[in-house]
Amino acid sequence: MKQVVFWGTRGSLPTAMTSHDIREKIVSALVTANGRSFRNRAAIDEFVDSLPFAVSSTFGGNSSCVEIVADCPEHIICDMGSGARPLGQAKIARFGVPNPQTYHIFVSHLHWDHLMGFPFFTPMYIPGNRIVIHGCHAQLEEAIRLQMRAPCFPVDYSQAGAKIEFDLMTPGKPHFICGLNVTPKLQLHAGDSYGYRFDSVDKSVVYSTDSEHKLDDIESFDEFIRFFDKADLVIFDAMYSLAEAASVKSDWGHSSNVVGVELCQAAAAKKLALFHHEPIHDDKQLSRLFAETRRLEQITRGERAPLEIVSAYDGLIVEL
Amino acid sequence: MNLPIREQSGVLIVEVGGRIDHSIAEEFTRALEPLLANCRQGQAPVLLDFSGVIYISSAGLRVLMMASRQAKAQQGSFAIAALTPLVQEVFTISRFNLIVPCYASVDAACKVLGK
Repeated sequence: MKQVVFWGTRGSLPTAMTSHDIREKIVSALVTANGRSFRNRAAIDEFVDSLPFAVSSTFGGNSSCVEIVADCPEHIICDMGSGARPLGQAKIARFGVPNPQTYHIFVSHLHWDHLMGFPFFTPMYIPGNRIVIHGCHAQLEEAIRLQMRAPCFPVDYSQAGAKIEFDLMTPGKPHFICGLNVTPKLQLHAGDSYGYRFDSVDKSVVYSTDSEHKLDDIESFDEFIRFFDKADLVIFDAMYSLAEAASVKSDWGHSSNVVGVELCQAAAAKKLALFHHEPIHDDKQLSRLFAETRRLEQITRGERAPLEIVSAYDGLIVEL
Repeated sequence: MNLPIREQSGVLIVEVGGRIDHSIAEEFTRALEPLLANCRQGQAPVLLDFSGVIYISSAGLRVLMMASRQAKAQQGSFAIAALTPLVQEVFTISRFNLIVPCYASVDAACKVLGK
């Protein structure tokens, strides 16, 4: 495996920035510039790069969609949230039409925010393409078809030009796909969700979203430590604060940055990507959570090797 | 788990020390049980002196949340005091400072909770 590309990182609901948000960023940048002038574009870019992420950029608002770039010509994708639309456009732009491609899509669960991008995933309409949808839910095919049925969507599933196959996977069992061992794991979420561990000869990536961790369930905690064991990257549902996840949002099926750090530290994982961001959080709040998570890792590290923390954003590329 | 107890200004001060992590959370729960059973309206407030705690995990924080809930349900007073700076940071990052009453020191807590 070479890279992980984040196309959609928002939880539950795609989220657009408002004009107020953009205005605040511009004002912050101008205040920081403090009247200085720039001799050329390069100087402007240098200044923009020096600004805090929440001022110069955005975490983005597309819902869950993550691409794993492996050493095979086929494409590996986790979930079909609204991030699947720009992903599909990028593939069409890169490979053109006709140029048949194979896409392996691993579906964590059947909730809308993880499937809604599929009808907008352009490669599905192009004859010659092959799409294999992997998952562990018995209703996987029905759920994909359902959202493309009138009156939900104007284009029926039968209009797909690509050859679409469904692969019902067995949790806990490694499946050899695209040169990778892919192991699904049952997670705590309404209607069940599944995390996926991808192992190549030398790298491991875990995609674990929409997964609640009960703090008094030691057995489950140990299971996840094994699932994350020495992973190069763990993509983790850090939607809520620990206090929210344990109290008012208990049983809502999500986790926190604190549990992400604890599990990754115990598993000796190398990198943790905070993922499935809360829609009500703006860029400033997400940046603060990111900084706090790095600090938490630092003060709880002890004698362990450092765990690198990243906060996923739409467009982030993590080199493995 | 040994939790030394003393009284100050009518408040039951419970000394907690060391690492409160997943491996000890259940034991911590059991050690608090008899104290919480009496944490009711009209009884002495229970204050955990955290000055000796060097680390607390999510499982430890949950024990505190459950203790706080039980005390509240019994109309008793339960709080934590004297968190070390690093443990205070864990409370802030986890937002547990918003759901479990915390005081800067035992004396400060006793002024509010005591007789």
